[in-house]
Amino acid sequence: MPDYDHLILPYSSGDANKDEGLLVEDIIARSQQPIPDPDEWLLGVDHGGVVLTTFDAVLGWARKRSLWPMMFGLACCAFEMMAAAGNRWDISRFGMEIFRPSPRQADMMIIAGTLTWKMAPAVRRLYDQMAEPKWVLAMGACACSGGTFSESYSVVPGINRILPVDVYVPGCPPRPEGLYHGLMELHEKIQKQGYLKDNVHLPRLD
Amino acid sequence: MKVLAGLDIEAKIQAEIPESVVESDQESILIDSRAIPGVMRFLKDTPEFDFNYLNNLTAVDYLQYFEVIYNLTSMNNKQTLMVKSHLSGRENLEIPSITHLWQGADVQEREIFDLLGIRFIGHPNLKRIALWEGFEGHPLRQDFL
Ligand code: SF4
Repeated sequence: MPDYDHLILPYSSGDANKDEGLLVEDIIARSQQPIPDPDEWLLGVDHGGVVLTTFDAVLGWARKRSLWPMMFGLACCAFEMMAAAGNRWDISRFGMEIFRPSPRQADMMIIAGTLTWKMAPAVRRLYDQMAEPKWVLAMGACACSGGTFSESYSVVPGINRILPVDVYVPGCPPRPEGLYHGLMELHEKIQKQGYLKDNVHLPRLD
Repeated sequence: MKVLAGLDIEAKIQAEIPESVVESDQESILIDSRAIPGVMRFLKDTPEFDFNYLNNLTAVDYLQYFEVIYNLTSMNNKQTLMVKSHLSGRENLEIPSITHLWQGADVQEREIFDLLGIRFIGHPNLKRIALWEGFEGHPLRQDFL
């Protein structure tokens, strides 16, 4: 009879898995409370002076009209995001046709789908790698609150446990129109935010 | 695609590997867990069966026992077979691995180990796959939580 043992490929070491396990346990222990939403713009803080106000208006217009999203899909909601990027709904009307494959070139993160605790350190790391100013949009019930899986042993109950969220788009999944509504809300938020947008400082992830 | 009945092939398997078949019916054949590697190799390498593809490998917790299920397909003979095996008890569940026969079993055995806590003896890389190292318990068990 033939022998099939030579077909088995070599495997990675177990240490990498132990490190990953420690990282996941650590992020679970640290993420028991939600991070407050960055909503200081609601107060409509006036940065003073005609010059700065005009400058803010121009800067806000420039920022909101070329938001580059980070290419990111975690579960079923990602398909609605892809549909939104496709030719029928055409996301490029909003100046954001380029889904960046690298966090270094992105301004905004659309978390589309169910975030599991095992994935959470990777998402946090990508968020940390994005340059300021940066915004986060939670798409779908899963990203907003954990959705159907909020009581689950492995799902993050709302991505505001690990990231500060600017806009929540509910729905399971939200239609592309819903996503666009969220994006336009985000545009409005960016316009109202002064150039002195407070950076969010999260504790280091080691 | 023809579905082989366990009843029809029971005698052939018994003749090759004695005391391996526990029970058989129209849909499936129940094999003693210790005889799994021998029976699987027989089913794979005999030209009459020639099951060269493992569609699916899964397990179910029935509280009294765990059932490991193998779905086999022969691409050449256009036939399928469902092989089952029972493991009793809740702790120290062990069954021989079949990764040396179908490499596709590798990931699926790891999944069963992760979610149901069944150890596959002889698996080259038996560690958690969906959950992280350090997670307590096996979530697909009926008594989890
Ligand atoms: S909100 Fe619904 S569609 Fe979106 S990821 Fe969750 S389950 Fe899937």
